[in-house]
Order: sequence, then structure tokens, then C-alpha cells
Amino acid sequence: MAGILEVRWHGRGGQGTVTAAKVLAEAVMAEGKNVQAFPEYGPERMGAPLRAYNRISEIPMTIHCQVTNPAVVAVVDPTLLDTVDVTEGATDDAVFVVNTSGDPGELKKKMKLKSSQKVFCVDANGISLATIGRIMPNTPMLGAVVKATKVIKLDTLLADIRSSFGKKFAEKIIQSNLDAASRAYEEVKS
Amino acid sequence: MKKVAMTGNVAVANAMRQINPDVCAAYPITPSTEIMQQFSTFVANGQVDTELVTVESEHSAMSACIGAAAAGGRVMNATSANGLALMWEMLYIAAGNRLPIVLSCVNRALSAPINIHCDHSDSMGARDSGWIQIYAENAQEAYDNTIQSVRIGEHPDLHLPVMSCMDGFIISHSIENLELLDDPQVRDFVGPYRGTTYPLLDVNNPVTYGALHLQDYYIESRRQLHEAHKRAKDIVVQVGKEYGKISGRSYGLFETYKMEDAEIGLVALNSAAGTAKVVVDEFRAKGVKAGLLKPRLFRPFPYLEIADALKGLKALCVLDRADSFGAAGGPLFIEVRSALYDLPKRPVTINKIFGLGGRDLGLDDLRKVFEELTTIVDKGPKSLYEYITVRE
Repeated sequence: MAGILEVRWHGRGGQGTVTAAKVLAEAVMAEGKNVQAFPEYGPERMGAPLRAYNRISEIPMTIHCQVTNPAVVAVVDPTLLDTVDVTEGATDDAVFVVNTSGDPGELKKKMKLKSSQKVFCVDANGISLATIGRIMPNTPMLGAVVKATKVIKLDTLLADIRSSFGKKFAEKIIQSNLDAASRAYEEVKS
Repeated sequence: MKKVAMTGNVAVANAMRQINPDVCAAYPITPSTEIMQQFSTFVANGQVDTELVTVESEHSAMSACIGAAAAGGRVMNATSANGLALMWEMLYIAAGNRLPIVLSCVNRALSAPINIHCDHSDSMGARDSGWIQIYAENAQEAYDNTIQSVRIGEHPDLHLPVMSCMDGFIISHSIENLELLDDPQVRDFVGPYRGTTYPLLDVNNPVTYGALHLQDYYIESRRQLHEAHKRAKDIVVQVGKEYGKISGRSYGLFETYKMEDAEIGLVALNSAAGTAKVVVDEFRAKGVKAGLLKPRLFRPFPYLEIADALKGLKALCVLDRADSFGAAGGPLFIEVRSALYDLPKRPVTINKIFGLGGRDLGLDDLRKVFEELTTIVDKGPKSLYEYITVRE
């Protein structure tokens, strides 16, 4: 869509993918832009593949259909690369942000991406294990997506993670999530 | 005024918090559950004075609302699909007793097959129950309509229950930008409750609700409901204008989009109208005079005004997210086509039934409809009504 950045998230139930799309939406709004965030609801089960979406625009949006041609694809769970076609409908200049410890060049070949498409890799599992203490890839993926797309400033994202998580979690957990997002922002590579 | 990003459900729950009703009944059903779930938090936190009654079914939920409204309270509730269906008997009783209950209907497909996603089969089936029905394109409108519904239903010339509808999941579960009014603005706008003229709790003036009317008075009672609906249109407009003064967003009977000189047009309710605006813009950019009319008030149906707004079209497609099985088209189509009947020169009018059970209505689907409209002016329609967004 002209003038609208469309993002598709691929994750599995329980990884915080829907929350990631929500946090991104709130952070984008905090920068004064227009935003949508919506998951694809089905029979929700822990571990089942799911998708969530964002639309980001400078001007107000009236569109309410599904996102079919995303310019940004965030793959929160690397095992989905073997079971779900994460490239489906992606634009020719799409940016893929993948949770993997692998190499972007090799991944691009494996995913059979077009030469005009770009892939960013971030070890979101490893980062979350080191910072949060368990595999919770959503906040590092947010840091990586923000770096790869430059859609908002890192500080805006961190402020929103603080306010979103502040209602539910203890300070230690909030801080570890902030560390995870910041570290992924630094470590993501293309 | 506060700019926020929230789901349609949370927006409606916040409208309810600001309205601070006396009584709410709660029985959960997807996708409306989040409204009462969020609202119950406001109750638990003491942010509202509401008596929240948890009941064992939607039939009981609407029964509790009827009792509370008859007792003299401001009453609100939320439901979807099969929940609304289970309220059926009580919907008619709420309207017949002229109790201005506000019900947030988060539109969802009725079973079977079981489905949790959006279509309008729930509220469309309730269109003859005597409730006012207002539809919302997005979370902002759902929020705004909830607040206005209170004033509309409680208006001394109406005393009618109001169903405020929004699309399940597409709006109810999508986060988008909107503006919330300040709490005192909403409190002042809705004012003190005055919707029950003869409250049951006024023990010095005892009254009976739900008395037996046989051949002697039933038809007069129904005639009064009929007359109240005739008055509703002007009050909806008046409340919509007044709301514009505090919010900057005025509301009428419907919204027209690029209809001034339009030659081909769509009529669509709710979120589909938003997506259709994108396609109207595309066709305008190509030099095609396309337009859109989005009904807001469906009951009472403002047929004279809608006919007037559509009279300049050469070809028109009405989009229905519900079927009236065995009828000559979907429920919205039947209303619109009937409204056009008295025009001296009518547009060629067709109907597409789309999106049942949440099937997506994409830009390409709408492009095809507009393309068809450009051809049927001369050639005539290939079919009066048909399904789209469906496997053939």
C-alpha cells in the first residue's frame, strides 16, 4: 500500500508475538504516527504457528483488510522457516528480520529471497536467554525490527516497553527486557 | 482529549467507564468478552460505581438489564453472535417496555458451522426487535457511538434501547489510534439518567411492567414503538451534532465519501466501508467518478435521506456482510433498494454478499465490484445478487 508500511509477524503461540505487534503499535503512536496492530485469530494454542500484523502510516488509515503484501516480515521462531512460507506475498524490496544465530547471506539463499529483498539476522533466543533468563524472543525481535526498519527511535521503543510491561511485571523483568531489546538493536546484522 | 492506541473493545470499555452506568450484566462471548473483562477491572478498582451482575447466560444478562432499567437505572451490556441470539426474547421485551438499555454488539457470525469471526448475521437478525441500531467503521466511531447511544436511547421522546455495533476482531481486537474525551466531558454530555419515566423503585408511585395486552391494547403499544422510531432519526442527528461540539467529530445518519458528483457507488457498513474508501480513491485517481455511502443508523432506516444521497448514481452496489436466506438479496440491499423505489430515475443496483464468518474483503475484491459497476450501466447486471469472496 502506497504510504503505508505493512509488517507481518510470524511466531508461535506463547512467544509474545502478538504482544510484540502491540508494543510496536504503541511506540509508533508515541511518535505521532498512525498505526494498526492485529493478530490473526484462530484456535490459539501454545506452539502453534500464528501471524500478527502492523500497519504504520503518516496519514490516517481507513483500510481494514488483511495485510497480504508486507514490506517487513519478522520471523520470531526460526523453525517456522521450514514449515510456513514466510515470503508469501512479500514486496520485492521486503526486509526480513529473522531470529537465528545464522549468517544473513546463507539464510537469504536458503529462503530463496529475491536479490532486491534483504535479510537481517538476530539471535533473539540467545539474547533473551542471556538477559531475561529464558527464551522469550519478542522484545529482542522488537529491537532488531526497529534497527532494520528505522520506523521509530530505539528510545521510543524502550519507553513503550517500560510503560507496557510496567503494569504487569517487576522492575527486574522490565530491565531485562529493555536490555534484550537494546542488545538486539546493536547485534542485528545484515 | 487524549490520543491513545487501543482495541475497539478497550475503547468501548473506556466509554463505559466514562459513562459510569448504574448496572451492567456480564456473560462472556468472543469477541465481545474483552469489553466486560476490561470493564470489570474498572469496577474492581473503584473507577466506576456500577453494580456488575454476573449471570449464567445472555438471556439472563438481558433479563437483568431489563429489570435494572425498569427499576430506574442506566444500564449497559455487551455481547456477540450466539449470545445476542440467546437474548432474542428479551430484546423484544426491552424495546416493548421502552427501556433505554445500551448494548454493545460486537458483530460475529452465528453458528453453524461454529465460527468466531465477523459478519453481521447477529445484529441483522435483531433488526425487527424495536432497538435502534448504530454501526461503526472503526474503534473511534465505536467509542463515539457508545457515548451517543446513551443520549439517544434516553431521550424523552424515544426511551428506546440502542444496539451499538462494531466488527468483531477486525475492529474489536485491532489496535488503532483514537482520541478519548476527558472523563468530565463525557459525564457532562451524558448527564444524569432520565431514561425511565416510571421507575419500579419509586414505591410511592407503583407501576407494572410487562402487563398483558391482548386484542385490546397490544397493537397500540406496538404503534407507539413505531412512532418512537419515526422520531429517532432527528434525535440521532441532533445528538451527533452536539457530540461534534465537544469532540470535533460530528455524526449524522450516514457518511458519504466522494459522493457529490459520483456516477458509480457502493453502500457498505462498518469496517468494509473503510477499506472501500481506499478503492474509491484509486478509481478517482484514474478519473472514474466513484463514491461510497456508509450507513450509520440502520434502525430506524433513514430511507428518504439515503435515496436522496444515492439518486445521482448511474450504478450502485450494496455490500452485505449477512444473508437473508431466500430473500432477494442481503438485509442492507433490501432496505436500500426499497428506498430507491420511489425515485423517478434509479441507479442500476446490485448486491454482493461478502465476508461471512470473517472472510477477508480485500482491495482486489472491491476493485472487481467497481469494475463491474462501470459496465452494468449500459449492459445491465449479470445477476441481481450474488456471493463474492467465496470459493466457486
